[in-house]
Amino acid sequence: MSVDAQTVRKVAKLARIAVEDHEVEPLAKELSGILDWVEQLQEVDVEGVDPMTSTVPMRLKRRPDIVTDGNRRDDILSNAPDAREGFFAVPKVVE
Amino acid sequence: MLDLTFSEPAPKVMQGATGPWELVIGMEVHAQVSSTAKLFSGGSTDFGSEPNSNVALVDAAMPGMLPVINEFCVEQAVRTGLGLKAEINLRSVFDRKNYFYPDLPQGYQISQFKYPIVGEGEVLVDMEPGVARTVRVERIHLEQDAGKSIHDMDPSMSFVDLNRTGVALMEIVSRPDIRGPEEAAEYLRKLRQLLRYLGTCDGNMQEGSMRADVNVSVCRPGDYEAFREGGDDFSKLGTRCELKNMNSMRFIQQAINFEARRQIDILEDGGSIDQETRLYDPNKGETRSMRSKEEAHDYRYFPDPDLLPLEIEQAWVDDIAATLPELPDEKRARFMSDYGVTEYDASVLAADRADADFFEQVAKGRDGKASANWVVNELFGRLNKEGLGVATSPVSAEQLGGIIDLIGSGDISGKIAKELFEIVWTEGGDPAEIVEARDMKQVTDTGAIEAAVDEIIAANPEKVAQAQAKPSMAGWFVGQVMKATGGKANPQAVQQLVKQKLGV
Repeated sequence: MSVDAQTVRKVAKLARIAVEDHEVEPLAKELSGILDWVEQLQEVDVEGVDPMTSTVPMRLKRRPDIVTDGNRRDDILSNAPDAREGFFAVPKVVE
Repeated sequence: MLDLTFSEPAPKVMQGATGPWELVIGMEVHAQVSSTAKLFSGGSTDFGSEPNSNVALVDAAMPGMLPVINEFCVEQAVRTGLGLKAEINLRSVFDRKNYFYPDLPQGYQISQFKYPIVGEGEVLVDMEPGVARTVRVERIHLEQDAGKSIHDMDPSMSFVDLNRTGVALMEIVSRPDIRGPEEAAEYLRKLRQLLRYLGTCDGNMQEGSMRADVNVSVCRPGDYEAFREGGDDFSKLGTRCELKNMNSMRFIQQAINFEARRQIDILEDGGSIDQETRLYDPNKGETRSMRSKEEAHDYRYFPDPDLLPLEIEQAWVDDIAATLPELPDEKRARFMSDYGVTEYDASVLAADRADADFFEQVAKGRDGKASANWVVNELFGRLNKEGLGVATSPVSAEQLGGIIDLIGSGDISGKIAKELFEIVWTEGGDPAEIVEARDMKQVTDTGAIEAAVDEIIAANPEKVAQAQAKPSMAGWFVGQVMKATGGKANPQAVQQLVKQKLGV
């Protein structure tokens, strides 16, 4: 399976990763290699084998319905490039 | 169980230049789970708090923070599934739905894609007495809500509040079994009613606790039946458009009507429908394309590596099932069979749990029909007018029951009862004591009524002659006697005596 330059650009855009023109070809090659390897894995017969989600039998950890966090607006906003009146302020996103 | 029989409503038909078209509608309803804390964090779900005050570090997607599921939210989803007679999947999986938006700090929404917690169920949508449709529910999955962006506080900036980020949502997905705009509104109303009965969502549409995406397509008569016969063969249906984020029953209906007509016009002009997401503009009364969001539709779902599959035990599901309340359809059927009330009254009474409980308090040990009549027509009518509910009603179930008892015993007439209701509404008090203290008792003593009748006959000889010539005139005498007795005379007794005395 081969990934073309256009697919690389699309995936990069969806992931919001800046990719320079000269990086596109090498990336296409690397991604194709990964997909080839996955394709190879698919040759293995896994009929009747459940997908493995953990190496040891574990149950998804649960939490009770109790408020344990919050009321820390200043912490939450401290990394924001811009915050006003308690809100994050971002360039206008409405159409 | 339900022993009511229904016929299905006719699908909405729109006439086009080339013949009739039918509507096919499916809905995805996002219902906010009633819980104290969020789905994967210990942040509060309170509505209306100061911006960004209910944000846990998990919600803000701080590096290294891990989601831990709120067990109660899972229980609520299971309870909802049971209420919709749906299959509960003992194993479900959380996936990441990837997209970028300022109100989604993680860069993905944790949702359930391939393996939702609830499978196929149904909602009975009532249109009118005897007419209803069973709308199939395809699935319910649990997911995180996003934050809120505010666009009108600054000309060049959008403001983001993450309080809602991470609150648990149930996405309830129907099959395309809804066949008209009114049905769509009724489906949402019924779903809301069920969720409120179950206590799994407060159904507050103004606060955004329930929002719907509405999928609309049009087809020719017979196509939908072919779709069903083919085991949901979508090739028989038209291409659909999705109307996003609707939170008003009225706008949903307007939007569907506009969208169906738009599609019909395109098809009749020889065009084809692009499958797309559209937004309804209530000011212009039209839908428009959200083309810029198209690329964002490539969500690249994959299982969330932070979360193991959610495995629950059948015994736990059974425990939840044992706590389910009686639901509106069952309650309605029981009101009809136990109290003999009409289907219409039963529907009104069963619409809300508190209303239904109020009615049962009134009807206990009393005539069911009379009780329903007073609760639905007098009390609810008045409460609606004043913008009140049973919880804030000035007339208690006990007081209303007292009024009905006084009618039943013949102490007061229906007319006086309405006056009495008015007094109890405005002044309060025990109805029987009020009747006693204000001398409102019905005069059943024939002697007293007879005296009043005689007096009026004697004073109006020319009316007597008229009435004897034209018996329908006797009603005038009845009216006069009622007036003379302050409305307290038993109307039947007066009528009988008047006729007797006039010889008509």
